[in-house]
Amino acid sequence: MIMNNLVAFPLLIPLLAGLIMAIYRKSIPFQRWFSLFSFSLICIISFYLIQQVSIEGIQILELGGWQAPFGIVLVVDMLSALLLMTTGFIGLTCVLFAFGSIGEEREQFYFYPFFQFLITGVNGSFLTGDLFNLFVCFEVMLISSYVLISLGGNKIQLRESIKYVVINTISSTLFLVGIAYLYAVAGTLNMAHLSVRVAESGQPGILTTVAVLLLIVFSLKSALFLFFWLPGAYSAPPTAIAAIFGALLTKVGIYAIFRTSTLIFYHQLEITHTLLGVMAALTMLFGGIGAVAHWDIRNILAYNVIIGVGFIVSGVAIFTPASLIGATYYFIHDMVMKALLFLLGGTVIRIVGSNKLKEMGGLIRNHTLLGWMFFIAALSLAGVPPLSGFIGKILIIQEGLASGAARAGFYWLAAIGLLSSLMVLYSLMKIFINGFWGETLLAQDMEKGDTKGLLLPCVLLTAAGIIWGVGAEIFYPFVEQAGESMVNPNLYIEAVLREVV
Amino acid sequence: METLMAIIIGILFTIGVYLVLSKSLLRIIFGTSVIAHGTHLLIITMGGLKTGGPPLLDGRAVSYTDPLPQALILTAIVINFATTAFLLVLAYRAYSALGTENMDHLRGINDNE
Amino acid sequence: MQNQSFGILRGLRRFTEGSVIKIKINDVLLQTVTKVASFVILTFSVYLFLAGHHNPGGGFIGGLVVAAAITLLFLAYDVKTVRAGFPPVDFKVLAVSGVLLAVITGMGAVVFGKPFLSHAFGYFNLPLFGETELATSVIFDVGVALAVLGTALSIIYTISEDMCIWKR
Repeated sequence: MIMNNLVAFPLLIPLLAGLIMAIYRKSIPFQRWFSLFSFSLICIISFYLIQQVSIEGIQILELGGWQAPFGIVLVVDMLSALLLMTTGFIGLTCVLFAFGSIGEEREQFYFYPFFQFLITGVNGSFLTGDLFNLFVCFEVMLISSYVLISLGGNKIQLRESIKYVVINTISSTLFLVGIAYLYAVAGTLNMAHLSVRVAESGQPGILTTVAVLLLIVFSLKSALFLFFWLPGAYSAPPTAIAAIFGALLTKVGIYAIFRTSTLIFYHQLEITHTLLGVMAALTMLFGGIGAVAHWDIRNILAYNVIIGVGFIVSGVAIFTPASLIGATYYFIHDMVMKALLFLLGGTVIRIVGSNKLKEMGGLIRNHTLLGWMFFIAALSLAGVPPLSGFIGKILIIQEGLASGAARAGFYWLAAIGLLSSLMVLYSLMKIFINGFWGETLLAQDMEKGDTKGLLLPCVLLTAAGIIWGVGAEIFYPFVEQAGESMVNPNLYIEAVLREVV
Repeated sequence: METLMAIIIGILFTIGVYLVLSKSLLRIIFGTSVIAHGTHLLIITMGGLKTGGPPLLDGRAVSYTDPLPQALILTAIVINFATTAFLLVLAYRAYSALGTENMDHLRGINDNE
Repeated sequence: MQNQSFGILRGLRRFTEGSVIKIKINDVLLQTVTKVASFVILTFSVYLFLAGHHNPGGGFIGGLVVAAAITLLFLAYDVKTVRAGFPPVDFKVLAVSGVLLAVITGMGAVVFGKPFLSHAFGYFNLPLFGETELATSVIFDVGVALAVLGTALSIIYTISEDMCIWKR
């Protein structure tokens, strides 16, 4: 299998769709249907790619026919394929939610095209096998997110988007600095080739320094430890946009951490991965404290994103085969659940007209389905079996305790992981108890907004979350394969640099 | 030559960091832009400085420069151009909506509209 | 104090507004030079565009130079007059269709079973030109040029319109 053009399609479909929609921006029905069409197509193609990867192994495409270390290469291994599928699905649900909630003005001012460009950047980041191309895809994603976060432009949005844009611009510059040093030391930017070169040199101090620099960059993007910008930025834009941010943007940063720390810089575990572990633990603690302390739905949800990031990365920090499988499993669970949580929270805010927990109550009387979906999402994120959070959590914590015998720090990591689950449960139950239980403060006709058309995407996401948890037996082989290609970088290297190795 | 470039890059980064840490939004934007220029110089220096050879690989040239860093900074410059243009418009709009461009004053505005 | 830097911006705008009026009254020199120079610049942009296949140049630079020529026209005459001389195309649509053209050219390779973005070329005997090299990457470059032209012009156009449209 030399080349597979299908690999480029998850990148091309949203790009083409966004461009065509930008031409016909006045026609809202066309844009809506075309968005649905594009995301469905992405889902179908990534499903096909999952099948292909599970049978034939890693698929690559050398753009323009230029050979791997010299040209740009797109790579799909199981991890990328699963993430592409999840991205397509989350895009579909968020766009469905946007139909009823985003407002005509935003729809006319390029909301749908930029949504597609955002997905182009996200899919591109998952696909690329080249560090500089990763930077470019990051930028495509970020520039679209800048537009989406400031679209509509009320005062809070403007203020938060300035912070968001400045921080991301600076971290992108640091990314370039890291790339420059890496190119000077290793002489290549192709990830597989880098892996070979770094392994040959045994990762001396300078490469570890570059690794730490890149880690800082990715942790700024993924809100790992350096998350100070996130709560403000994610609570400013409308729900559909906040959901896609919460579900996808930070996750792209985590994906970059996955790739760099399993494929390239895995020779000095006691430096890089210890740092990862410490950052993950602090992220979970601080995120947990934030989620427990706040009484504002949007802030609680934003801090929950941070806890999720910390937990996924702790799986990478422990760095055993099972913990990587657990991290992958939890990764996909977290994407789906965070999208669901943001959509549900947004629906609640729309009904009540306020995001203060103390101003709501008893919603379950008139909105039973919404209430139960929130309950399921909360339990799932806390890791109650048989819902989807459980398998990831148990794998990561088990491995943490098992490798704690060799390195005592992992006991702490596992303990903080468990503690963070409690904090997640507490913070979400706070929303559930205050928002859905108690005296019904709002009669049905006094509500600020209706839930028309908003529940369907939530139901879809809840169903996906339940299936991902209950059907773990079916999905496990795929996730295991994803973990396998991370544990054994040679699989990736052989697929990309066929005759060079 | 490398030493000179290193000093220039250092100066650019210093100026950039100083500007980014100031309170005026416009200065922060200039700061990010200056840091980005420093980074572009860094990339071209890291690719190996060489004079007298074109950045082409056609097999006939006796000496050539590594074309990759040049392609990288061309891309990086375009991306930086787009981001800076966006930031400037955003800053202008924030200034006309919020009435201030001082970061200290921005913090205080907290009305849900 | 905090308004200092934007105060400069405001001053600058007042200045440019004033100069627009002045240009309308007497700017024979600039207008006469522009009439000649814009054609020289446009011709040079075509040269740059075509040179890009083997030498320094290409779609990006070509498009940028065309944008520079049109910007010069905008400055010498006013935007309305210049726009009246062109077909009424939205610059944003121009940029978008440029990218679309580039991507579709890249996808052409997929139809023929080659990797995405592969290019093909051949030598043809054309009347008048003799033996000429024709390459699909030129079509890609046209897309790039259109995209750059459209983006640059829509930025200039947006700024040249009253920037207060941003205000609610």
